[in-house]
Amino acid sequence: MMSLLTCNQFLEELSEYLDETAEGEIRKAIEQHISECPNCWVVVDTTKKTIAVYKGMQPEPIPKPLHDRLIRALAKKGCCAGDA
Amino acid sequence: MAGGRPQSPARLPPEPPFAPRSHRRAGGFELSHTRHNGMIGSELTPGMAQLTAQTAYSDESDLVARAKAGDGAAFTVLVNRYERRIFRLAKHITQNEEDAEDVLQDAFLKAYEHIRGFQEQSRFYTWLVRIAVNEALMKLRKRRSGKLFSLDEDVDTGEETVPREIAVWDNPEQRYSQEELRTILQQTIDSLPPIFRTVFVLRDVDELSTEETASALGISVPAVKSRLLRARLQLRDKLTRFFKRKADDVFAYL
Ligand SMILES: [Zn+2]
Repeated sequence: MMSLLTCNQFLEELSEYLDETAEGEIRKAIEQHISECPNCWVVVDTTKKTIAVYKGMQPEPIPKPLHDRLIRALAKKGCCAGDA
Repeated sequence: MAGGRPQSPARLPPEPPFAPRSHRRAGGFELSHTRHNGMIGSELTPGMAQLTAQTAYSDESDLVARAKAGDGAAFTVLVNRYERRIFRLAKHITQNEEDAEDVLQDAFLKAYEHIRGFQEQSRFYTWLVRIAVNEALMKLRKRRSGKLFSLDEDVDTGEETVPREIAVWDNPEQRYSQEELRTILQQTIDSLPPIFRTVFVLRDVDELSTEETASALGISVPAVKSRLLRARLQLRDKLTRFFKRKADDVFAYL
């Protein structure tokens, strides 16, 4: 017999579910909860999208003067890389 | 049994083993409309890097070996590979451009000076992140000298997990330009407490494993997990204001 989750219990398991580290009974209970609770379904969906939209954000290029300053500082320490 | 075997350390080892298993995820995500490829730039993303983790790793241990032997060009390749991510991380933690610039420089200088001490039980990047995070936290503490600040402070009030706004989203990329989207994402993440945004960036943006994040920050695995959950839920809540489908609010209160 599968135990039912409350919305709050479900939320505590959300990360494990999204990271696919929730297994067995708890995973089944989570899936059952989502299939029956529209609000938690939306939370799952929008949290997935939150992660995806951040993951898709590339780091911006380093300003050239900053990069050059770093390379010069390294060269002073003996890291003779030439131009990079 | 009790012989000369070294005691296993009570704390997390400074360099956790490279753990391919923790580089899972991908599976359950079917977000065709928010995939990286549609977004900014065509450079190798952390996600794509995972696909080639094995090759990247062997290539990297070669670079590290050469850097240890004094090959500056090899170290410079590592600089070019990671400087953007380190700078982004530094900006997220310090929230100060000048501080972030110092962190970037100091982190790579320290890494260069100490590379012979790097024992390669973790990825080079994890080791580098640990150095950068330490530098960034020192900056942050200096700026907030009045307020004592620790990454391990107990921030779990439980309140953060209760979603305030539940509404389905439109495709953010259709409603906003990439510039607008970048601004929204940046401002939103910067509105989180330092510990939350730091854990989120390491886990969900830089895609370190839970164990690597714990090691880089010097906090426990359960602490990483609870902060990550709260960070994700807070971000979700805040982004809902921008991304929710206009006419669909009624659905949210079923
Ligand atoms: Zn629910």
